[in-house]
Amino acid sequence: MQRIFTRPQALTDVPFHYCPGCPHGIVHRLVAECIDELGVRERTVGIAPVGCAVFAYNYFNCDMIQAAHGRAPAVATGVKRAQPDAVVFTYQGDGDLAAIGTAEIIHAATRGERITVVFINNAIYGMTGGQMAPTTLVGQETTTTPRGRDASYHGHPVRVSEMLALLDGTAYVARVSVHGPGHVNRAKRALRKAFEVQIHNLGFSLVEVVSACPTNWGMTPVEALRWVEQNMLPYYRLGEFKTPGQGEA
Amino acid sequence: MAELVLMKGNEAIAEAAIRAGCRFYAGYPITPQNELCEYMARRMPEVGGTFIQSESEIAAINMVYGAGSAGARAMTSSSSPGISLKQEGISYLAGAEVPGVIVNMVRGGPGLGSIQPAQSDYFQATRGGGHGDYRTVVLGPGSIQEAVELTMLAFDIADRYRNPVVVLGDGMLGQMMEPVRFPDTPPPSPQPKPWATTGTRGRGHPNIINSLYIEAEACERHNQRLQEKYRRIEREEVRYELVDPEAEYFLVAYGTGSRICRAVIARAQAEGLRVGMVRPITLWPFPQVAIEQVVERARAFLAVEMSAGQMVEDVRLAVAGRCPVYFFGRTGGAVPTPQEVMSRLKMIVEGRGGEL
Ligand SMILES: Cc1ncc(C[n+]2csc(CCOP(=O)(O)OP(=O)(O)O)c2C)c(N)n1
Ligand code: SF4
Repeated sequence: MQRIFTRPQALTDVPFHYCPGCPHGIVHRLVAECIDELGVRERTVGIAPVGCAVFAYNYFNCDMIQAAHGRAPAVATGVKRAQPDAVVFTYQGDGDLAAIGTAEIIHAATRGERITVVFINNAIYGMTGGQMAPTTLVGQETTTTPRGRDASYHGHPVRVSEMLALLDGTAYVARVSVHGPGHVNRAKRALRKAFEVQIHNLGFSLVEVVSACPTNWGMTPVEALRWVEQNMLPYYRLGEFKTPGQGEA
Repeated sequence: MAELVLMKGNEAIAEAAIRAGCRFYAGYPITPQNELCEYMARRMPEVGGTFIQSESEIAAINMVYGAGSAGARAMTSSSSPGISLKQEGISYLAGAEVPGVIVNMVRGGPGLGSIQPAQSDYFQATRGGGHGDYRTVVLGPGSIQEAVELTMLAFDIADRYRNPVVVLGDGMLGQMMEPVRFPDTPPPSPQPKPWATTGTRGRGHPNIINSLYIEAEACERHNQRLQEKYRRIEREEVRYELVDPEAEYFLVAYGTGSRICRAVIARAQAEGLRVGMVRPITLWPFPQVAIEQVVERARAFLAVEMSAGQMVEDVRLAVAGRCPVYFFGRTGGAVPTPQEVMSRLKMIVEGRGGEL
């Protein structure tokens, strides 16, 4: 019998704690597959965020560091500079990366740190129970925008990829989604490219994954995926915003 | 014998760090420690190390957390307001048991305060400073030569215990120049760090650097282990200087404060007063044992600080009511003069000690 589907080597044999229908698990798997395919597991150091993915250090079968909320890019900078040969990635949510850690992500990007950032944009703070994130859409209800996000009162949602693509230090910036099989495949290709950019020493790379939080959005997994397509994607345009040597698209 | 060179305190500390094998430095400018940052910017590339001017003190300490996790000897430096920002990261270093050296060239506070030398970060440094039950080893050099030696020692202690170590200087120590001798001996070859996150190659299993223990019991077990380590540090790393153990009155001072007290002792002895000094070199662990050596004979202790009275609390704890403990301090960046300390001392000797 031929085995055609197995757990990637870069994942441990530990069940994910994520809610049913949560895309965090899919993205973990994609990242692990990239690490396997590129043959870099033994020199990979991952940085876990604060957020639902805080336990990522239990799931990735490579060296892992748990960082303070938002500080993963600074921690990754320290690792990469101390060990230029390492393949370093951070895995961060939108609260982590686009609120408390905005300074760290922008400056790691402008420095052109040779790191790869996996940025999960689910438009909400998952772990703390569904509060507004910087990426929460206008009109979206959260526990701290109970009547929906009002741009004139709560401010506007931030588009991280577009913003970072403007910086000279970034080499690869893409936004992908995982709400259907075709998208999952495209997400995988983008993640792989982001790691390759790092391995070829071309600069900072980031893949934003438009994600879902069925639990805190108060939806079934299927409803949540539909909501991604209908509400998130019109605002968070998918595509490659910057590729090496090409400048901003 | 190494030659004597004239150096500014900040620069001497930077050079000492490099000679101790520090190969990663991240910092953010703040007076009065800028020369340290600038020296690192110049020297680090020469020795194959990394200098990063970070976007903030928060980023700098987290870079140290990353570099330290990856096995490098890593350092950051700042002054009071910047150290407040580093406290988040220092707590993480302590919690995840990552070695790192933090230099604080203390200035007057609170808030933006002044840029003049002060010792008002003693509580912050010796009590943990950030959140959670943790300790950092705190070294308080009294001269630039000692700053060099203690900075080198700081890296050893940090590695030995996998714990952050603070070098607590002040604006005066950072800015003044003194002759120093760097030890001839090459830095010890770095000890293996089998716990470091350097990639799993040759190891087989992943290393995880982490301070999260989601269950209360697991977190408590982790804390108990940390506390055992702190007790071991208290047994093994206490350092102090005792000036004239036969004296009757004892000044207690560290760092720049102790320099002023040396001038006071010379004057007092010229006037026939038996005055000595307990000079803590490790501020945590506090040298209780130094107090024990003289407390039975002492008539009084006078803690002299560039603060409103912080170390004096440790002196009182150590003395435990066995004799009176007085305090004299100036704050905000003002430095006590020998005359001021002398007149306070005389009041005590003459039985007009006033407030304890
Ligand atoms: C300094 C600090 N502030 C706040 C928190 C609490 N906190 C934990 S997770 C989180 C939000 C995480 O949201 P996000 O990054 O979007 O990740 P998600 O949980 O949605 O995957 C917050 C605010 C913390 N742990 N540390
Ligand atoms: S709370 Fe949301 S983001 Fe977190 S695991 Fe559950 S579904 Fe996923």
